[in-house]
Amino acid sequence: MSTANHATAHGGHHHAHHYDSAEHEYNTSKFGTWLFLATEILMFGGLFVGYILFHEKYPEMFHDGSTFLNWRLGALNTVVLLISSLTMALSIYYAQVNKKNLTLLNLYITLGCGFIFLIVKYIEYTHKFHEGLYPGRWFNPTEPEVQEMAKHLLDQGHGHLNMYFSFYFTMTGLHASHVITGMGLITWLIVRTHRSEFGPQYYTPLECVGLFWHLVDLIWIYLFPLLYLIG
Amino acid sequence: MEDQQHHHIIPLKVYFSVIALLLVLTAITVAAAQVNFGPWNTVIAMAIASIKAGFVLAFFMHLKYDNKLYVAVFGTALFFLIVLYLFSWLDTVTRIGVNSIL
Repeated sequence: MSTANHATAHGGHHHAHHYDSAEHEYNTSKFGTWLFLATEILMFGGLFVGYILFHEKYPEMFHDGSTFLNWRLGALNTVVLLISSLTMALSIYYAQVNKKNLTLLNLYITLGCGFIFLIVKYIEYTHKFHEGLYPGRWFNPTEPEVQEMAKHLLDQGHGHLNMYFSFYFTMTGLHASHVITGMGLITWLIVRTHRSEFGPQYYTPLECVGLFWHLVDLIWIYLFPLLYLIG
Repeated sequence: MEDQQHHHIIPLKVYFSVIALLLVLTAITVAAAQVNFGPWNTVIAMAIASIKAGFVLAFFMHLKYDNKLYVAVFGTALFFLIVLYLFSWLDTVTRIGVNSIL
């Protein structure tokens, strides 16, 4: 490759040769990121639309399904993700004012919040698996009351209870895969921040990963009430 | 590369006010869910979620201060999401049953 895009010591970043200026590069990168976020909205959107339509068709089943979720754990994860969004935004702020150590601190907190989120998710998932609350055809509840509830719903024409868990695992699973992706990207940002590559002149990767991380938070803002609260 | 310096820097105070508001709204949505408002439960929960989403987009994602092109891109995605919902909804409410004699 050409030598036009090279990073020198002390964070000197020269914009790639196909851009007119650093500003041009920054704006193009952000525009591309927003386009990507639009495709993310459409991907999750299909699941949300499916959820809402089936919720309208089988409100009783979705209500009964949501009683298996612990809203306290859902609320805890909401708070964790909101705080991680703040620290992500703060890491960019501190890069803008050239405070490398505070940028790093906030990136580490963001990463830590990602870990807490996944640990809570792991606790929730293993609890469901333990009770046989699997999605779709694997739905095989161990508790007699749950078997009774599922049978009652089906007999009353309220649909299969397993559909609730299909939506639950697909939506939260896709979301969790985004959290893992985001954590990988934040790790990459931490490495580059340690190398002093970011500062007031150049923080495009922080900005773009930040946008992605906020989108992950944004999706959870809707998933939490839909799955845990109103059911 | 000197021209990035004029990017708008949002003051720390704004970030902390937004997170406080987001946490309060989370508490409100949890509290509201403990009360049964019937069909309004969904509307209330989605309205609060949308207010929260608006604050995240405007401040954490800098849309309030950024190029409005990004608002247009994101708005287009949301618009087509609504189109997807409306047509799917029309489909489900205008079907006739398998055993209908119509």
